[in-house]
Amino acid sequence: MDLSTAENILVIGGGQAAAQAIASLRQWGYEGGLRLIADEEALPYQRPPLSKAYLKGEMDEERLYFKPADWYEAQNVEVTLGTRATAIDRSARMVALSDNTSAPYDALILATGSRPRPLPLAGAALKGVHELRDLRDVDGLKSQVMTGKNMVIVGAGYIGLEAAAVARQLGANVTVLEMAPRVLARVTSPVMSEFYTQIHEKHGVNIMTGARLETLDGEDGRIKSATLADGTSLPADIVLIGIGILPNQELAAEAGIACKNGILVDEDARTNDPRIFAAGDCTVRPLVHYGRTGRLESVHNAIEQGKLAAAAITGRDRPKLDVPWFWSDQYDVKLQIAGLSQYYDNLAVRGDPETGHFAVFYFRAGKLIAVDAVNAAPEFIVAKKMIISGQTLAPEQLQDTSVSMKELAALAAA
Amino acid sequence: MAKITYIDHEGNEREIEAKNGETVMEVAVKNAVPGIDADCGGACACATCHVYVDEAFLEKVGSPEAMEQSMLDFAENVKPNSRLCCQITVTDAVDGLKVTTPESQH
Repeated sequence: MDLSTAENILVIGGGQAAAQAIASLRQWGYEGGLRLIADEEALPYQRPPLSKAYLKGEMDEERLYFKPADWYEAQNVEVTLGTRATAIDRSARMVALSDNTSAPYDALILATGSRPRPLPLAGAALKGVHELRDLRDVDGLKSQVMTGKNMVIVGAGYIGLEAAAVARQLGANVTVLEMAPRVLARVTSPVMSEFYTQIHEKHGVNIMTGARLETLDGEDGRIKSATLADGTSLPADIVLIGIGILPNQELAAEAGIACKNGILVDEDARTNDPRIFAAGDCTVRPLVHYGRTGRLESVHNAIEQGKLAAAAITGRDRPKLDVPWFWSDQYDVKLQIAGLSQYYDNLAVRGDPETGHFAVFYFRAGKLIAVDAVNAAPEFIVAKKMIISGQTLAPEQLQDTSVSMKELAALAAA
Repeated sequence: MAKITYIDHEGNEREIEAKNGETVMEVAVKNAVPGIDADCGGACACATCHVYVDEAFLEKVGSPEAMEQSMLDFAENVKPNSRLCCQITVTDAVDGLKVTTPESQH
């Protein structure tokens, strides 16, 4: 559908995808009505630092914001905060809002994000039990995490482990509970799990895998301890739940837009309604380098889909699709990930994990599909290019540290 | 405070008053300077805030640390005066700094 005559564009949601879509729409010459509607009270801000530098107190709030308030004014973007979109009337092209008004659209971008998967335990409502998703969550958590406090983190994914690293550095006694037999089990290989377990244990974090949380117990409405299925009781002043996220697809689904564990979109970030786009955590998208679809919870995805939606609406050529990439900062360890390692059938480790500087390359059917690079930027960058170009080297070549990444890059391109 | 001038690959200049403590990347992004993507928001994870630093300021902005250097080693169109501007912090000492953005960050 040609939307080049659109005069009213609505963006629902106030995260990175929304911010990108708005910036790109204006950058690419869209001059019509543009309105941002977000349920949070804050202007769009960066989320990655929430579990890293911001939680640690090394970054102040002002630096989290993508753009200052006057940028939205200068760009003639109408910003409505603290307001939820409650329903989409697709035939009338109107969105109903929680303030009992409604907003018309010619094109609609859903950037509704995701929410923490709730812990199905009664004790989750106790004071002192936190999630880590938005600025308010982390401000609540920040004031609690300090020397000598007992903190129990439920879930050893990236959020849980990043928070564990910060809390430990702030002097808290930290235990991480993970149901799976290893940390990061859902997202990476046993080599990486072992490395991160060792790093955290070296810093004094108590990592408990295969641990099933049975109850969270309180006193006067406040968390006091956590009890595991095997009877182990852990004292707890603070509990952080980090057991994954759920896509916010309900607004779309209730309007009859196709959803399946996320809002289904095509390569242009368009839903099955040609006037409605979706971007960021809330979507299930084509993973063009992998021949399947999936949900990506990442900055790369939010930026890319924000741009894709803006490009489709303004009639620009589709921007080049990048390989998914991610990063995680824990202690002095920077992990950079390119590609998706799921379904790998072979891996090669380059360098010795003991040195804190190594990379794990993942292959499927002889093709490089992903890399986890630990304090190893060259490995990250070169592997990312190889995945995009499809020019792969053999595992034995990639793990040969006597040949530099520069030379390997040249070999692959030859 | 410091005045920073951003020059795009076609030579168009834009001068911005920057606060001490911000990074040269943040100043650019907040003021909608085109040509600096800064996808990772300053975590030195993505190499999309690549700039060329005016030779006269190379010493004042200091040398890149190891992580930045290895990111730069593999960036596109790198020159000896290349930097990732998320790693350059604004101080009085860099008043007058000029940086030029490459044609593309990707």
